[in-house]
Amino acid sequence: MKKTFVGLMAAAAALALTAPVQAQEKFKACWIYVGSIGDFGFSFQHDQGRLEVEKEFGDKVETAYLENVSEGPDAARSFERMARDGCKIIFGTSFGFMDAELEVAKKFPDVKFEHATGFKTSENMGVYNIRFYEGRYVSGQIAAKQSKAGVAGYIVSFPIPEVVMGINAFMLGAQSVNPDFKLKIVWINSWFDPGKEADAAKALFDQGADIIVQHTDSTAPLQIAQERGLHGFGQAADMVKFAPQAQLTAVVNNWGPYYVSRVKAAMDGTWKAENLWEGFKDNIIYMAPYTNVPDEVAKEAEATVEKIKGGWNPYTGPITKQDGSEWLKEGEVADDQTLLGMNFYIKGIDDKLPQ
Amino acid sequence: MDIWVSILLTIATAATPLLIAAIGELVAERAGVLNLGVEGMMIMGAVGGFGAGYLTGSPWIGVLAAIVIGVLFSLLFAFMTLTLATNQVATGLSLTILGLGLSGMLGTSFVGLPGQRLPNLDIPGLTSLPVVGRLLFGQDPIFYLSIALVIAVTWFLFRSRTGLTMRAIGDSHTSAHALGISVIGYRYLAVMFGGACAGLAGAHLSLVYTPQWVENMSAGRGWIALALVVFASWRPWRVLAGAYIFGAIWIGQLHVQAIDLSSFASSSWFIYQPIALIKSLPSQFLSSLPYLATIVVLVLISRNKRLTMMNTPASLAQPFVPER
Repeated sequence: MKKTFVGLMAAAAALALTAPVQAQEKFKACWIYVGSIGDFGFSFQHDQGRLEVEKEFGDKVETAYLENVSEGPDAARSFERMARDGCKIIFGTSFGFMDAELEVAKKFPDVKFEHATGFKTSENMGVYNIRFYEGRYVSGQIAAKQSKAGVAGYIVSFPIPEVVMGINAFMLGAQSVNPDFKLKIVWINSWFDPGKEADAAKALFDQGADIIVQHTDSTAPLQIAQERGLHGFGQAADMVKFAPQAQLTAVVNNWGPYYVSRVKAAMDGTWKAENLWEGFKDNIIYMAPYTNVPDEVAKEAEATVEKIKGGWNPYTGPITKQDGSEWLKEGEVADDQTLLGMNFYIKGIDDKLPQ
Repeated sequence: MDIWVSILLTIATAATPLLIAAIGELVAERAGVLNLGVEGMMIMGAVGGFGAGYLTGSPWIGVLAAIVIGVLFSLLFAFMTLTLATNQVATGLSLTILGLGLSGMLGTSFVGLPGQRLPNLDIPGLTSLPVVGRLLFGQDPIFYLSIALVIAVTWFLFRSRTGLTMRAIGDSHTSAHALGISVIGYRYLAVMFGGACAGLAGAHLSLVYTPQWVENMSAGRGWIALALVVFASWRPWRVLAGAYIFGAIWIGQLHVQAIDLSSFASSSWFIYQPIALIKSLPSQFLSSLPYLATIVVLVLISRNKRLTMMNTPASLAQPFVPER
């Protein structure tokens, strides 16, 4: 129903554009979200980026979005409609839009397409992604410093490379402080289910973890940490107001500056299809203010962020795989291809990776 | 011992919204109305409960608002299916779709706001008793309400005149009509009770389980409640058992994933081996266990055709038009 409503709005806007009173044509930038902008998670953060674009360009830019668009071939309809509605640049913000978006991009060579977290590009379709793992490494360090039990609980959704990469980076960060750090991992097979996430957090706390990390989207685990007087990390957004005494920091997805720069490039005519995987250095993620931690822990975390900004990769050897075999030699840095296809744990993680 | 108490408390929290929504639906189905809109009424209750709680600062007003909204939303269904005699399955489905969309729209301004939590019961002296204190005297008020509902509905359906009439309507609306009973009137009441319960279950989600509002936060619990009614073959106590079995399997599998197997190394074979076995199963399988259990029970129940026929309200989901 909402989709239709947005569609009507878009149609009305298109009519308004063709009206003679409209002297200057606005540049139209469009977004397609997999979830709803009310999820306070992944899609919400993308929409915050869209709002930043509106704020930056004022009347020069008009934006539109479609939410709750299913992944897969059917998404092509949504992209096509956006392209026909006069969008000059379209951001598809979920991995599963990849093939549909590529197909539509071929049909509309004059429209610029951008796809988040994917790997297929063309003349007029670029991809962009965040090095989320950089933030998780910093979280891991803080967790190892703050945990009295030396055990963190990790709530995860699905065993895809993105998630595994995050678990390993978190563990590497923790091991850099405490080599015997333990991680308890619970898979809930859902990106978003506040109730299940809360239950998983309770289970992990009951089993002895005193810090919680999540790769699921709701604020529920942090709220449980708050109730129990324990701690955790925000996911994708700064969630501190849900858990003022529990959140240590959060890895915040900051799409805004990226969207502003790409829309600007498209308006200037300097836009090129690119394959970008950015991190702290580009300010596409940042750590939310460190709360409920001593000053020196916050300082050390900031130092790590600076080190990563300076070009250091958390995935620098020596790193051993879970089975004891060597992955990276001393000083060797993981290449992006391996990271993007990561399907193994590092040493010290006591869990069987679901295949 | 503490960990067991904690697990039991978690199970109770997980089971309560399922139990409440299912008991409401059970009454509606006993009166012969199949309302597939439980999920929609539940999510409307969740957004209404959160909103009212947030705006007034009182979670209790939130609970009341959720119940009222659940009833109002169910009236929409009742008007369509009972007064206009539309198809119950189709109308129920659209009620769910409408509820999910409408709640998202109404809740836009509540997203990202920290909500009110309904306080747990705290009776001085009793709540602090070891082990049983927290379990019996320290849970959230809606938990106690859910148990009371099971008792009340059991009494109502099997011991009260009105309840017997309602069941008679569910079994044969034409006979009931011939006896001069107001079929439509009773069914309106039954559907409204179902709506009130679904609204209350929604309030539990947004005011107790996870005190916040986000779209789709019911995450399919309304559908599980619907399955529980069949699972329980339309008997209130079995709904209670079903909800807690479902909750126990769900919470249990999370614990098994988190458990450190080496800490059981010295335990007996009978404890160690089952845990090791379950832990070796893929998590996707564990996540689907509660649903698999439901299917298995449904298969077992439906093996006995006569028993199934005896339990199922015979006029379930059939539209009733007095003139025919």
